[in-house]
Amino acid sequence: MKPLTYYWNRLRGNKEEKERLLRANDRSFNLSFHYAKNEIKTSKYNIITFLPLNLYVQFTRLANVYFLLLLILQLIPEISSLPWFTTAVPLVIVLSITGVKDANDDIKRHKSDRQVNNRTVEVLVNGKLKEERWKNVQVGDILKLQNNHFVPADLLLLSSSEPLNLVYVETADLDGETNLKVKQALTVTGELGNDIEAYSTFTGEVRCEHPNNRLDKFKGTLTVKGQTHGLDNDKVLLRGCTLRNTEWCFGLVIFGGPDTKLMQNSGQSKFKRTRIDHMMNILVLCICGFLVTICVILSIGNSIWETNEGSAFTVFLPHLPDISVELSSFFIFWSYIIVLNTVVPISLYVSVEIIRLGNSFFIDWDRKMYYPKKDTPAQARTTTLNEELGQIKYIFSDKTGTLTQNIMTFNKCSINGKPYGELYDFSGHKVKILKKMERVDFSWNKLADPKFIFHDHSLVETVREGNSEAHAFFRLLALCHTVMPEEKKEGELNYQAQSPDESALVTAARNFGFVFHCRTPETITVMEMGRNVVYELVAVLDFSNVRKRMSVIVRSPEGKITLFCKGADIVICERLHPSSDKLMEATMKHLNEYAGDGLRTLVLAYKDLDESYLEGWRKRHHEASIAMEEREERLDDLYEEIEKDMTLLGATAVEDKLQDGVPHTIEQLAEADIKIWVLTGDKQETAENIGYACNILREDMNEVFVVTGNTAEAVQKELKEARQKMCPQAAAMPSMKKSHGGLFWLTKTKYLQDDKVDGEYGLIINGSSLAFALEEDLELELLRTACMCQTVICCRVTPLQKAQVVKAVKKYKQAVTLSIGDGANDVSMIKTAHIGVGISGQEGMQAVLSSDFSLAQFRYLQRLLLVHGRWSYLRMCKFLRYFFLKNFTFTFVHFWYAFFCGFSAQPVYDDWFSTCYNLVYTALPVLALSLFDQDVNSHWSFYYPKLYTPGQWNMYFNRTSFLLCIMQSCYNSIILFFIPYAALHDTVRQDGREIADYQSFAILLQTCLIIVVNAQIFLDTWYWTGINHFFLWGSMAAYFALTFTMNSNGLFFIFPTMFQFLGTGRNSLNQPNTWLIIFLTCLLCILPIVALRFIFIQTSPTINDKVRYKMRRDEIPAISLRPPATRRVSTRSSYAFSHSQGYGDLVISQKFLGKKTPRRPLLFGQKDHPLAENQPQLFRSITEEPEEPQSC
Amino acid sequence: MGKEKSKSGPLARRPDNSAFKQQRLPAWTPMLTASTVLPSFYLLALICMLLGVWLLLTVQNTQEMKVDYTEAGSCNLCFEMRKNVSNAGQKCTCMIMFSIEKAFKGDVFIYYGLRNFHQNLRRYMDSRDDGQMLGRKSNLKSPSSYCKPFDVDEKGVPIAPCGAVANSMFNDSFILTYYTINGPTVVPLLRKGLTWYTDKNVKYRNPKMDNLTLPEVFEGTTRPPYWQKPVYQLDPFDPNNNGFINDDLLVWMREAAFPNFKKLYGFLYRANKPFTKGLPAGNYSVAISYNFPVQYFKGRKEVVLTTVSWFGGQNHFLPIAYLVTSGLILLTAVVLTVVWWKFGKDGKNMAD
Repeated sequence: MKPLTYYWNRLRGNKEEKERLLRANDRSFNLSFHYAKNEIKTSKYNIITFLPLNLYVQFTRLANVYFLLLLILQLIPEISSLPWFTTAVPLVIVLSITGVKDANDDIKRHKSDRQVNNRTVEVLVNGKLKEERWKNVQVGDILKLQNNHFVPADLLLLSSSEPLNLVYVETADLDGETNLKVKQALTVTGELGNDIEAYSTFTGEVRCEHPNNRLDKFKGTLTVKGQTHGLDNDKVLLRGCTLRNTEWCFGLVIFGGPDTKLMQNSGQSKFKRTRIDHMMNILVLCICGFLVTICVILSIGNSIWETNEGSAFTVFLPHLPDISVELSSFFIFWSYIIVLNTVVPISLYVSVEIIRLGNSFFIDWDRKMYYPKKDTPAQARTTTLNEELGQIKYIFSDKTGTLTQNIMTFNKCSINGKPYGELYDFSGHKVKILKKMERVDFSWNKLADPKFIFHDHSLVETVREGNSEAHAFFRLLALCHTVMPEEKKEGELNYQAQSPDESALVTAARNFGFVFHCRTPETITVMEMGRNVVYELVAVLDFSNVRKRMSVIVRSPEGKITLFCKGADIVICERLHPSSDKLMEATMKHLNEYAGDGLRTLVLAYKDLDESYLEGWRKRHHEASIAMEEREERLDDLYEEIEKDMTLLGATAVEDKLQDGVPHTIEQLAEADIKIWVLTGDKQETAENIGYACNILREDMNEVFVVTGNTAEAVQKELKEARQKMCPQAAAMPSMKKSHGGLFWLTKTKYLQDDKVDGEYGLIINGSSLAFALEEDLELELLRTACMCQTVICCRVTPLQKAQVVKAVKKYKQAVTLSIGDGANDVSMIKTAHIGVGISGQEGMQAVLSSDFSLAQFRYLQRLLLVHGRWSYLRMCKFLRYFFLKNFTFTFVHFWYAFFCGFSAQPVYDDWFSTCYNLVYTALPVLALSLFDQDVNSHWSFYYPKLYTPGQWNMYFNRTSFLLCIMQSCYNSIILFFIPYAALHDTVRQDGREIADYQSFAILLQTCLIIVVNAQIFLDTWYWTGINHFFLWGSMAAYFALTFTMNSNGLFFIFPTMFQFLGTGRNSLNQPNTWLIIFLTCLLCILPIVALRFIFIQTSPTINDKVRYKMRRDEIPAISLRPPATRRVSTRSSYAFSHSQGYGDLVISQKFLGKKTPRRPLLFGQKDHPLAENQPQLFRSITEEPEEPQSC
Repeated sequence: MGKEKSKSGPLARRPDNSAFKQQRLPAWTPMLTASTVLPSFYLLALICMLLGVWLLLTVQNTQEMKVDYTEAGSCNLCFEMRKNVSNAGQKCTCMIMFSIEKAFKGDVFIYYGLRNFHQNLRRYMDSRDDGQMLGRKSNLKSPSSYCKPFDVDEKGVPIAPCGAVANSMFNDSFILTYYTINGPTVVPLLRKGLTWYTDKNVKYRNPKMDNLTLPEVFEGTTRPPYWQKPVYQLDPFDPNNNGFINDDLLVWMREAAFPNFKKLYGFLYRANKPFTKGLPAGNYSVAISYNFPVQYFKGRKEVVLTTVSWFGGQNHFLPIAYLVTSGLILLTAVVLTVVWWKFGKDGKNMAD
């Protein structure tokens, strides 16, 4: 129980604690601060609070309030023009449906809360370890965690079973990163070890920041025995992590339950609304205004009528006592509000929700978006954004893990001027490598990685023949790297590499007989063709972004000293001995070919050194490395000095494997006028490479601009130049289009208009330039230029920049954006964009958790957009158009009748008809339409991606189409009212009895209306499934059945005042006259629409009409994959390495390897938290053989 | 591998391959094409034309005669008299002469017509108690509040039937006379069977009699203020046509949809000559007991004689509307044909 003061403080807004102070093992001290316990609660209601709270929540929705007010109005007898049940019945139905859904959701939350809260953990209580439930854990408790346990709260790491007090944690649930992270305890606490005694007397005091949601930062101090130690993020285990490779560890609870960073990060996801939502809200408000206007007109009409005629009629109908004409007009105003309330139909919102939910289910159910390898179906996590999928204009995509699989495979190489890795047929033509082709058999090599695939037998033969160049080539690959080997079992080697490229190369060497076996700080052991050779590691000349190469200097057992170097082609090229020129030419040719195939290439070279030179160099190296000033520069000079006059060995080509179907998908999306921006943390070259590989950049583009400026001016200049090249006649100033939006069109927004561009262009911009370009003054310039290009690639961007780019486009372009990504670094952009798509099936879930839709593969995006999105949009728009039409038609008839009934707010229809119209008679056909309608089936949708474009321009539902709707319903209502009026008002039944009475007229009108609106849906439906038929004809049948029921004797006897229409249906619908009127009315309502539509189809058919027309005539087209783009002959340098910094120091660090052989080497000590770092670090280290797809 | 029923194994989460879930339901995909639209337009034009002609011929065979007697002839006096409310109790009769040029053949119906009388005002329409008129005893003694101010009289005695509708019941009566060479003959009128079957037999009932007479049943209630007779004396000739099932009352209680309406007064009794074939041509008079005041609301009253056809009374609107519609559809059809000929025939527009 928290004391009242706590709540009081919360109420007063004082809940923000500035700083947190806690003491280990001192519950009473910690309790005095009333920190949150470790119990979490994501549920919203309990049994008692459910009804009031849920009703409260529901009545925060405007629509429900509106109907509640209507209901209250209807209870006032002076005003009530419709009985209370016309509003109460729909309202109750709507409220209860929503209520049941909410209750169901909340029960699920309760269950998961209970499950989480009841997990157990060992807590140190009174000097003993005791199993406690998570929910009972409190701030200041000391916990002991075991391997593979979840971390229950945010802990300060105290000690661990591992050397140096390290622990390894997996943070996949937290940030989506799959690699293990290392945390290290303070030495002072680490000394406590596993000593329970020591812990029970431990009274450290922690002073740290208040609870917040920053995963990458932690600040605080620990005071032990009067000494204060600084705490940072490395000392903290966060809730949501899992302990790995660590036998046990101790931790001190700092933040519990709702205060943990995990909980602070979750649940506050922004509620996204679609454009249609916005538009709908505006329209509903407009309609409300319109309603008020009409009611004002009618009440003025009433006061005029009352003065002129009504006063004379008071003999028969006296005024209400004490009510003047003005007051009665005022009452009439409200009465008309009730009568005409159907213009703002309650069922609109409910139906929209149902439609979206249904369309979400179709996404979940789609087999063509199911990924069998990972057993992952597509998932619509947000069920309210479907139709926006049909309006996407910009896609922002992550690269690694999204476009690419983040798997590197050693694909080709060129050794001594001879290319390997490709297959040729007998006539010497290149053969495409297919999966089923025979693979190279590596069984001769016991240590070979079985997952490694290679198809070219000649390379193996060359190696086995003992070709010295080939040997040197693979020896280099086996020696020159920073990979750590891990041998769990005898003969089962695992490589831990910090970049997948390295791992791929070392694995290749391993399979070709040069098995990198183990390393110590001074030696590297390589199994060379079955023979163990121990090389002495003299120096590692580490990789850096500037150097773009790395070298090792080794001494072989024979005493030969060699420098092995691998690096970017340009860099190595400059440093080759002239004797290699010829070889370089041949290799360069291969390199260009590889680059053309989108492969990442490295050039390998070596140099023999003599002992005496090396001695001198080493001495200088040592001096330089301990120098206090200019250490870096001096080292660089030294490296530069030794890495020259090298001899070329060859080149490797590593494939950064694209996900399946990526190029084709991108091509399709581009056809659909969707612009694709790739935002990646990778280097420019890599990104560009992938861009070409997956068709984002194409060789036939007019030009690809590269912006790399390092100052704002330079960036601006480059952008301007690019723009002028694309569109020389473009105005200097961007043209902004102003438009009004929001409530009552009061919010003014500015949008950047597109400039017209001929031809296709691409733009590549790097992170630092982007930083300048995203500044306020350059933002427009950037967007203007970038939006003229077909594709934009931003490289070296931070997660924050990703979100900024998306935000900028959202702000200045009236376009719908979609972000797709898989990693934690994509979360920001996924959350920012209108629609976020997460790639699921990866181990990390962060992106998926914050996404609106999750897919297993990038290629499913085309189906999600071109099929599901398009259909959803089409359906939603058809629904809205039809819905407004039917309600306006329904309502406007009242308006015309007002002129005949003295503006007395007499409704035209039977009360029960008004009640059931939206709920029963017309609900299902339109629901079927908006769930099942398709213009063309999915095959054709793929075949004509252009079908997607109308959505981008809001073509199906906009203000114009809304106005057309109003006009049509106005026309309909005129026909619907005046034709029956003229035909009926002076006539009688065939037996001379009454038919021009109010009730018969109402029945006639109702029947006409029902037939007309159903005929309209008949015209609107393009795809008639059995369900459509059933609903349509069923609704008609239901109308007649219910009408006769409402007019039946039985109901009248029970409630004579509620069912006054006794016998009307029987007496009026058996008249031929009635049916002649119905027929004429319906013809006049429907035929003009048919005629107009026919004319439009003939004269200016839309793309849908065209494709539908084609579909009627032609067979289903086979989806033809366009031939791959012609091979490019550019000489791009495609050196690629996904390193950011070298880890050479670590590899040869004596201190680290010395103490005790760790189970897992500390190779990936994060310098920064990955969230803050430029690029994703997740990868799989071993080339994986793709599994065979399961046959179905 | 067949469809997996048990959700386990490697493909546990694979969606079902049903046509419904995969949105592959077999479907009919209609489209507005020339081959369907154009013929149907021509066909509809033809149908409308035929219907229009048929209806027109039918309507031509019916006859209707309206005699406005509000201020006509001697009724002028009554009209003036009724202007004064104090004369409400006094009787006033008047007579109107008219002649029929062409004999009315077949059944002839006599209506009274009212103009500018708003039976369709909301409060007026609501001012009735269906429960009371269904013969519910409780409602008889305590009429619904909707009947206000015609629910109880000044003394608090409940009014039966209550409400503004019943109170304002039309109470003129007509005697139609045919002038033959042999002198005037009263035209025999049937004044029963004027209502829908359901109204007479289901919707309206007298309270349970329990061996009581009708006046006894209605004891403790009073007549509506504007009525001269209590509800159980509406028809002096037929005791079974009294109370809540009086035909005239029921006709009146079926409220008209529009301010100008006519309501059935009676029909020609064709048993005797010269009326066996309907109303012969010649001179007629109608004697009116002029009770219903219309001057307050600038209303008009009329007597309407009409014959009916299979689709009801004489109404020229429908046949003409059908003929006009037919013309419009034909015109549209021609326009559509031209458009199709010029644009759509070769399918050039459709080619991408």
